[in-house]
Amino acid sequence: MKARHKRLGFLVVGLVGLGLASWLVLNALDSNLSYFFSPTEVSQNKAPDDHVFRLGGLVENGSVERGQELTVRFVVTDNANRVKVAYTGILPDLFQEGQGVIAQGRLGSDGVFVAEEVLAKHDENYMPPEVADALGKAHAEGVAGMNRQ
Amino acid sequence: MSSRLINWFKFSSPATFYPLAGKLIPWFTGIAVVLIAIGLYMSFFVAPTDYKQGEGYRIIFVHVPTAWMSMFIYLVMALWSGLGLVFNTRISAMMANALAPTGAMFTFLALWTGAFWGKPMWGAWWVWDARLTSELILLFLYIGFMALQGAIEDTRRADRAGAILALVGVVNIPIIYYSVTWWNTLHQGASVSVSKGSSMGETMLVTMLIMVLGFWSYAIAVSLARVRSLILERERDSTWVSELSEVRR
Repeated sequence: MKARHKRLGFLVVGLVGLGLASWLVLNALDSNLSYFFSPTEVSQNKAPDDHVFRLGGLVENGSVERGQELTVRFVVTDNANRVKVAYTGILPDLFQEGQGVIAQGRLGSDGVFVAEEVLAKHDENYMPPEVADALGKAHAEGVAGMNRQ
Repeated sequence: MSSRLINWFKFSSPATFYPLAGKLIPWFTGIAVVLIAIGLYMSFFVAPTDYKQGEGYRIIFVHVPTAWMSMFIYLVMALWSGLGLVFNTRISAMMANALAPTGAMFTFLALWTGAFWGKPMWGAWWVWDARLTSELILLFLYIGFMALQGAIEDTRRADRAGAILALVGVVNIPIIYYSVTWWNTLHQGASVSVSKGSSMGETMLVTMLIMVLGFWSYAIAVSLARVRSLILERERDSTWVSELSEVRR
């Protein structure tokens, strides 16, 4: 065995050990590394009820209510569970029904999440508006076609 | 097999690598200038508006290529470090050294353009989600590597210490890459991946890939230039350096 084979052996063993160690650490940290809780996790009481946390999901279609003042009420859903949110302040431009959103705040005793900050989360799809329109139309026709059957 | 190995080892000698690098630099510089010029023109004038983010998404044509480069350069740096540790070739450590500043620059650019993109779209310059935080750690790894190299007087020891740091830090690369799938993050998932293809419009994708190739050429040209100065600095007492025409002048 040459010296350089020995060094290569040390290096490979070292890297494998390191990889294993970081895998264990990441596994142990698990959900602590997540930036937000989903409505399902909130309904399962996994989110803290005594301090601030972030709630993430989609703004439910037709749920946005703008009141007399600056307070906006909407529902965050992950298509399984829903959480009502109230927020007083200026919303980001991308905030829309059906769009991703991350709200930071506390869950009140009445089950309404009072947000102090609302961030918009967008997805990884980028396309020209014409393509988006065409896709939207095709989707609508597909849904209509399925309903006719 | 053994004859091919000898050929590779020939270029691990600074005396043969120095002139080779000198010949390659103008080519990669030229390719970089042309591709980045085409890429920037396409980013601003050819690529279509995004259906959701409007014109603001155009920063993607700098943001994603810089982020890819920041991770890729680190992998190459770690590879050179590993080769240097195993084979004790002088040029390996110099390559790792030469790549670090460029990698750090791309990491910084990725974070910076990301902040400028995040403010209008998300509503925040910075958030501590897994993707952003692990990319920031990458910047610290690059800076740490350069600081460690610079802090140790003896180059052989400095190279070895730097190589070990670079190799330990390599665990961060898969964490950055998969952070958006392993955990909930504010950062969106990957638009382009080997397994799932692309979720971008075709012109947008082509523009981004041209920018990536341009940045690649830039990174190669700059690190070759840097490695040439490192060779001159470290081999200044050898006869082949003293016989170079640019040194004798």
